[in-house]
Amino acid sequence: MKSLGTIVLLVAALGLSACSKTGADRFGNGAGMDGANAYGAGANGAYGDPSSIGYFQNAVGDRVLFEVDQSTLTATAQDTLMKQAQWLLTNGDYKAIIEGHADEQGTREYNIALGARRATAARDFLVSQGVPASRLEIVSYGKERPIAVCSTESCYSQNRRAVTVISGGFSS
Amino acid sequence: MKPFAHAAALALALMAGTAAPVLAQSGPLRIDITQGVIEPMPIAIPQFVAESAGAQDVAAQLTSVIAADLVGTGLFREIPREAFISQISNFNAPVQYADWKAVNAQALVTGAVSTDASGRLIIKFRLHDVFSGGEMGEGLQFAGTVDGWRRMAHKVADQVYSRITGEGPYFDSRVVFVSEQGSKAQRQKRLAIMDYDGANVNYLTDASSIVLAPRFSPDGSRVLYTSYESGFPRIYVMDVGSASRRALADQPGTMSFAPRFGPDGNTVVYSVTEGGNTDLYALNMATGGRSRLTSAPSIETAPSFSPDGSKIVFESDRSGSQQLYIMSSGGGEPTRISFGDGRYGTPVWSPRGDMIAFTKQNKGRFHIGVMRVDGSEERLLTASFLDEGPTWSPNGRVIMFTRESQGESGAAAMYSVDISGRNLKRVPLPAGGSDPAWSPLQR
Repeated sequence: MKSLGTIVLLVAALGLSACSKTGADRFGNGAGMDGANAYGAGANGAYGDPSSIGYFQNAVGDRVLFEVDQSTLTATAQDTLMKQAQWLLTNGDYKAIIEGHADEQGTREYNIALGARRATAARDFLVSQGVPASRLEIVSYGKERPIAVCSTESCYSQNRRAVTVISGGFSS
Repeated sequence: MKPFAHAAALALALMAGTAAPVLAQSGPLRIDITQGVIEPMPIAIPQFVAESAGAQDVAAQLTSVIAADLVGTGLFREIPREAFISQISNFNAPVQYADWKAVNAQALVTGAVSTDASGRLIIKFRLHDVFSGGEMGEGLQFAGTVDGWRRMAHKVADQVYSRITGEGPYFDSRVVFVSEQGSKAQRQKRLAIMDYDGANVNYLTDASSIVLAPRFSPDGSRVLYTSYESGFPRIYVMDVGSASRRALADQPGTMSFAPRFGPDGNTVVYSVTEGGNTDLYALNMATGGRSRLTSAPSIETAPSFSPDGSKIVFESDRSGSQQLYIMSSGGGEPTRISFGDGRYGTPVWSPRGDMIAFTKQNKGRFHIGVMRVDGSEERLLTASFLDEGPTWSPNGRVIMFTRESQGESGAAAMYSVDISGRNLKRVPLPAGGSDPAWSPLQR
């Protein structure tokens, strides 16, 4: 566990340097945002704790990425979602909101619908892995909340995402 | 919050007590927009005469706005005042047409400004056809509050524009839009309203929630828009005068967006996303009754009514990519109308009913375009990194839209363009702006 914690912190640091904005979910004021605000940066020191939200975000991986105009889950995405499902089943007190996002290369309304498809694909996969649907909600932000702001594929590929935002427990 | 709450009192009356108007001359003084104007018509707009003490400033401002409206169409060229031979110092004195002909003016607008005993602003104007040496149409008088001077200027310019082009007026109108501030990754959005020319910006919401795509009711008194204030996209209706708002009824676990009024001002068409699938619905606001218009596994969104309310144009990716379709306003089998290369979205029916404006994506570029209702005569008006979301001027001659610039410092601005594709202009705004929706002509 000790060495794993070190690796996790390293990964987190790399993530921060690779793109200037990693915290997709602190924008706006939606319910999902509140969850991230409550647990995001403040949980930094707790990444080593496998039941922490910081651990979920960074070690499990809180997001999956999509191809252009697609909502099909890639093999990598399915792998990440399987780990997410395990975490959610282990930490049964938490709920999650899955945020669907699109890159800027599309019209506003269509991208909201596309983001909803992506969030739903992730949600349906988690449910297929045994996570109760009652613990999961979806929301689409379309192209309204990019995390990478350049206008090239290197940024677009990060923005075409579904992010699982842990939104607090039932009783905790 | 209510810049023109009292502007309904603005009265338009035939000017009393002046000589009988000269018959309209429709000969040389004519701009046919459909033929495509290459050379703008030279027009002289001497400063309106201040007929009462203290009217000097407003006379100067008002004349500038009239000139800006007309020149801003790209159809007129203002003759600089330094070139004038005659001056207009008395509104009722005979016009020396030879002097205006000598400076190559084809049209001449003269006017006077005064305030009456009750403090109301009185504006009179005449439009002259310099070559035939007479008035074009009747002189008119407008009365209103001093605060409403801009609207009165737009009304004068609307009269001049309509008489010379034969087109409907559009300057006395407003635009509701999304004001944008902040960096691309943390953009703050507020609902805002302005005059069509970017003046008198007022904010209708704060920046605490994402707001998207406001749309006017047919009488301009209400606005539908999408907000994330509940944490999920949901449709709200706002009374523009009071800025009071309420959420439209929706079903838990769904997202709703892309609303637009029908011409009855009571029916709202919009998109609902449920279980990842987006379809079109219609809501009767009076009864709360909701009907489903489409039932397909594809994305159906961006609906827009025909002006007579009988049909809806919308976008769907049922063919595998975004395309435009028309169906009966009650639902039913749609007919595809877009068949060119690329993807088509955000269709908007023109106020005249004869055209559809749309966003087109092709080969990595975005375009605003127009086509006939049957999909023929497609014409692209713009091209850029990202243009989207057209809205029609009340007379169906100008389109305003969002243009987003490229890269890390990318920002949204609003532009307008004639449906001929000419006269592309940025709407002057203090901050970024997107998702414009043009109001009907004000009354």
